[in-house]
Amino acid sequence: MATIKALVLRAAGTNCDRETAFALQQAGFTTSREHVFRLMEDPSKLDDAQFLVIPGGFSYGDDIASGKILANQMLHRLSEPLNRFVQAGKLVLGICNGFQVMLKSGLLPWGNVSPDQAHLDATLAWNDVGRFQDRWIHLRADSDKCVFVPKGEVLALPIAHGEGKFIARDASVLERLRTDDQVALRYVDENGAPGPYPINPNGSNDDIAGICDATGRVMGLMPHPERFIDITQHPQWTRRQIKRADGAVFFQRAWDYLNG
Amino acid sequence: MIHRIDIRPRDGFEDPHAASVLHHVRELGFNSVTGVKSARLFFLGGDLNETDARRVAQELLIDPVVEQYELAGAAQAQGVIEVHLKPGVMDPVASSTEQAIRDMGLAISSVRTARRYEFAGEIDDEARGVIARRLLANGVIEDVHFESFTPPEVHGKAYEMQIVEAPILGLDDAGLEALSRDGHLFLNLVEMKAIQEYFRRLGREPKDVELEMIAQTWSEHCVHKTFRSDVQVRNSCGEIVEEIHNLIKSTIFAATTELNKPWCISVFQDNAGVIEFDDKHAVCFKVETHNHPSAIEPYGGASTGIGGVIRDPMGTGMGASPVANTDIFCFGPPDMPADDVPKGVLHPRRVMRGVVSGVRDYGNRMGIPTVNGAVYFDEKYLGNPLVFCGTVGLLPRDMCFKAPREGDAVVVIGGRTGRDGIHGATFSSGELTHSHETQFSHAVQIGNAITEKKMLDTLIQARDQGLYTAITDCGAGGLSSAIGEMGEQLGAEVHLDRVPLKYAGLSYAEIWISEAQERMVVSVPRENVDKLLALFASEGVEATVIGAFGTPDRKLRLFYADKLVGELDMSFLHEGLPRPTKDALYDKTESPSPAGPHRNSYNETLLEILSMPNVASKEWIIRQYDHEVQGGSAIKPLVGAACDGPGDAAVIRPVLDSRRGVVISCGMNPRFGELDPYQSALHAVDEALRNAVSVGANLERTAVLDNFCWGNCNKPDRMGALVQAAKACYDAAIAYGVPFVSGKDSLNNEFQTDDGRTISIPPTLLISAISVIDDVAKCVTADAKSPGDYLFVVGRTGGEMGGSHYLLAEGLKTGTDVPPVDLETNLKTMRTIQRAIEAGAIRACHDLSEGGLAVALAEMAFSGGLGAEINLEALPIAPGRSCVSGEQCMLFSESPGRFLVEVSPDQYDVFMRIAKDTPVGELGKFNDTGRIVALGFGAKRLIDLSISEAKAAWQRTFSDY
Repeated sequence: MATIKALVLRAAGTNCDRETAFALQQAGFTTSREHVFRLMEDPSKLDDAQFLVIPGGFSYGDDIASGKILANQMLHRLSEPLNRFVQAGKLVLGICNGFQVMLKSGLLPWGNVSPDQAHLDATLAWNDVGRFQDRWIHLRADSDKCVFVPKGEVLALPIAHGEGKFIARDASVLERLRTDDQVALRYVDENGAPGPYPINPNGSNDDIAGICDATGRVMGLMPHPERFIDITQHPQWTRRQIKRADGAVFFQRAWDYLNG
Repeated sequence: MIHRIDIRPRDGFEDPHAASVLHHVRELGFNSVTGVKSARLFFLGGDLNETDARRVAQELLIDPVVEQYELAGAAQAQGVIEVHLKPGVMDPVASSTEQAIRDMGLAISSVRTARRYEFAGEIDDEARGVIARRLLANGVIEDVHFESFTPPEVHGKAYEMQIVEAPILGLDDAGLEALSRDGHLFLNLVEMKAIQEYFRRLGREPKDVELEMIAQTWSEHCVHKTFRSDVQVRNSCGEIVEEIHNLIKSTIFAATTELNKPWCISVFQDNAGVIEFDDKHAVCFKVETHNHPSAIEPYGGASTGIGGVIRDPMGTGMGASPVANTDIFCFGPPDMPADDVPKGVLHPRRVMRGVVSGVRDYGNRMGIPTVNGAVYFDEKYLGNPLVFCGTVGLLPRDMCFKAPREGDAVVVIGGRTGRDGIHGATFSSGELTHSHETQFSHAVQIGNAITEKKMLDTLIQARDQGLYTAITDCGAGGLSSAIGEMGEQLGAEVHLDRVPLKYAGLSYAEIWISEAQERMVVSVPRENVDKLLALFASEGVEATVIGAFGTPDRKLRLFYADKLVGELDMSFLHEGLPRPTKDALYDKTESPSPAGPHRNSYNETLLEILSMPNVASKEWIIRQYDHEVQGGSAIKPLVGAACDGPGDAAVIRPVLDSRRGVVISCGMNPRFGELDPYQSALHAVDEALRNAVSVGANLERTAVLDNFCWGNCNKPDRMGALVQAAKACYDAAIAYGVPFVSGKDSLNNEFQTDDGRTISIPPTLLISAISVIDDVAKCVTADAKSPGDYLFVVGRTGGEMGGSHYLLAEGLKTGTDVPPVDLETNLKTMRTIQRAIEAGAIRACHDLSEGGLAVALAEMAFSGGLGAEINLEALPIAPGRSCVSGEQCMLFSESPGRFLVEVSPDQYDVFMRIAKDTPVGELGKFNDTGRIVALGFGAKRLIDLSISEAKAAWQRTFSDY
């Protein structure tokens, strides 16, 4: 089988890097966990990776705002190699804090790390409930172009965040995301229908839980797919048959895409 | 030049933080306040011009989608409260911001942050004062301003070295006591005399740092002298009834030694107890308290409490990776009227919110799942809230031991040293008084989780590369304690001027005893020093060589600017403490509890108990903790059809490619503690094990930890209770075959009010259990699974109602008749449950604790969304006990050793076969009626209640938190 490398980026305060690397390995990837300092010293470390994953955590303590300082480093120290990575047709996935970093650096929504685009059109603000919460939610995969999600399916995953309320700057941004099929995941109930809190757990605009860029290869989401790759991670496996560990789907689809 | 930047929500965007402040302001009774706006403030010092400052604000500090900023400060407005950190208090956001501004290529000399609130509506200065004090700021670490305030740039004054002596040689008894008191040494006269004698032998006066170090090393917190003391026990007539040599050695340690479990790797000798996990790994577990700091500054106290206990596994063996946290809290009643709260005490609600947030922010940032806990409420915890934090770690089997070597460098890693937490060890060993809040404000530490996380990430790499020979954490007592312990056999030489400081101005003594957080000490062979320093630098973590282990005479020598500032014999430090003899009193008066009124229906009683703070849902706390990070969560703290029912114990898989698991649970019942400390301690062990067994723990691979929080043990009655509880620990450990592997005590939890009253906490023993299981996929949860399944009670019910929540609900005074623990029967019961779960014969299992059978039944039913009908005539009754026919007892007795289990019809025979020698009662079945029905004698409908009503009662108590 081919060796496909996934690079899991970490920084001070990243804390989901190990289980994310494990989930990638289960899907078939060869993984390395790299500190952002190493990439800043030697951006060519990105060259032999096909897949960049920015995992969850509290990079730099989420001081100032979630993901902001790591995004700032990417913006000022790594924009060129990151943009080259995206333009080379490779994959990028940001989970939770990683999603926050992607919005604040410009990787999302438009796939371009640049001060002109970073953190202008969309953000992840404080949950409406005003505090961190850990709970399981349901998601509906709504994008055809997004490499990571099976369109039309309802998936169960946990969330664990304080700042996860997706806000678009204005209606036109939301419209563009919808028109371009960039809304990858929406919070729904178990039957796939939208609803109020806690179905939409944080008050996100249009129930948005994850988006991708215009190519579908760059995605960010608040829920944690790496926390559901084994049946015993589901909160109800002791009471009913769980057919599939839904989180594994994201990594498997990335593998399948890259394995061509 | 300082640029002030005010950041607030853009027009039209919500401000959830301000909304929450408004909610709490109204809760305080200020209904004339009609609105609140909040702003984050940044103060940038250095050579930035206005364009730079604007760029920083726009690109870095604000969220441009939802926020806007204003440069040069907000105009004055009515009703302003600004909260600024006092100079020198750790500000993690400020230091991160400085780094980020440098990443942008700009020069910056300092950043400070603050918060601003603007209140609309009627609010006078007095109201502002109350709101600031009660809600927004803590005077210990923060200053409040009622107008726009821009702090001046502070420059620490350089320290001018001056060696300070603390004359002791010529002091008489009164003088020695005065020195102990005024120097906050918290040492008694016998100990002070031993110190005097030592320095008389040396023929010189001690230096300040020497005295401080002895006080810290000998503090109750560090050396547990009460537990290691000899005890003379008297009865109420003054006759000596028992003499005990070394209390802990003859009870808790003795049980572990006698049990001699081969899977115990390291017990009571390292920072955490270590047991086998699998062929390659061991797990370790430590639970600590951080009570006194949490009483004064709940957020900082609790966050550094969890931060501190996380460093225990990190400093165990050659260093363990933390894989789970636990937290158990004891608070005063959350609904207490503000006027009833004694002076110098924070309102229990505020303490609780602060503590919960502190544990949340630190634990979540560290990326350690908080998986298990409990909260208890009692008025006696008003002045002394208790905050227990535990951490489980995973480490390689061949890295469970350590020893520094002669010549190894002393390397301090992690955070910098500041004035924070000075005198924490001695402070935590003394009583609190209403004036402590001001006197000991410097004992409060502020944590920075990311500093600790970085240190952990790097440490594990250094460990795996074999770069150091030993490690320990800087906890209470700081460098003094860490280096003192590590260098016990070798001696050490330390240069205090080489320790990296947060700011200038610290004396050598302050550097030595500072309890600044997030620091550890490693001993590094000379040949590895460069490699280790480079590794830490590569991750942005400070590591500094400050000395070397090993002196020819095994002494500890402290230098500052190459001048000797302290010199002590390790032998005196560690062995010189006189072993005290403590007086204890057994004084038990026995009184039965009243039977309570017969009622036609007990629906209301059950609803009342379900909504009691001790019983009610703690979902608001649990959801704020990330309990799934690291990906090993197998049984979560919330279970059931709606993922909101109570779990008995947590199960994690610490090694991701294995189904092997660790069960974590706890037991505690302070209500019993005052009535019968012996039975109360048995209960704590029984409950911890019951909880663990309920989900599928393996009793043969279970270890326990003790945490004693007691009143002032110089008082013989407190000491008597401690002795009884320690003996109970021995008896329970031996009977159940579970060794103690680690423990800790926090004594002197008493509070002096300004009118001279003493409030002592009830004797509080927390037992934490850890069990290693082969396959997490065999575990069960407490939620009812299917209509038609059988419902059994396992274990016997007795008539003793002392300390029960039933009596509390009825407003009746309790007797001393705590339900006794039948160790022999309970062991059989637990083994039955364990075997039945292993055999797959049980679908749900829930332990009976607070509120007894009725509460457990309700919880199982509503967690599973099912109804149940049971008949209490089938209840196995403990022989020879009074009041057993009473329906109140059958419903609400808190007899230990009992479980409710759900068995599907096809497993009925299997279960009955396994349970044949155990007291089992077939109570009834689960159904889909959505009602809980409990029938008494003559088919009297004692309870007939919808599960939604029961669940609502259970959930409403903390619903607005």
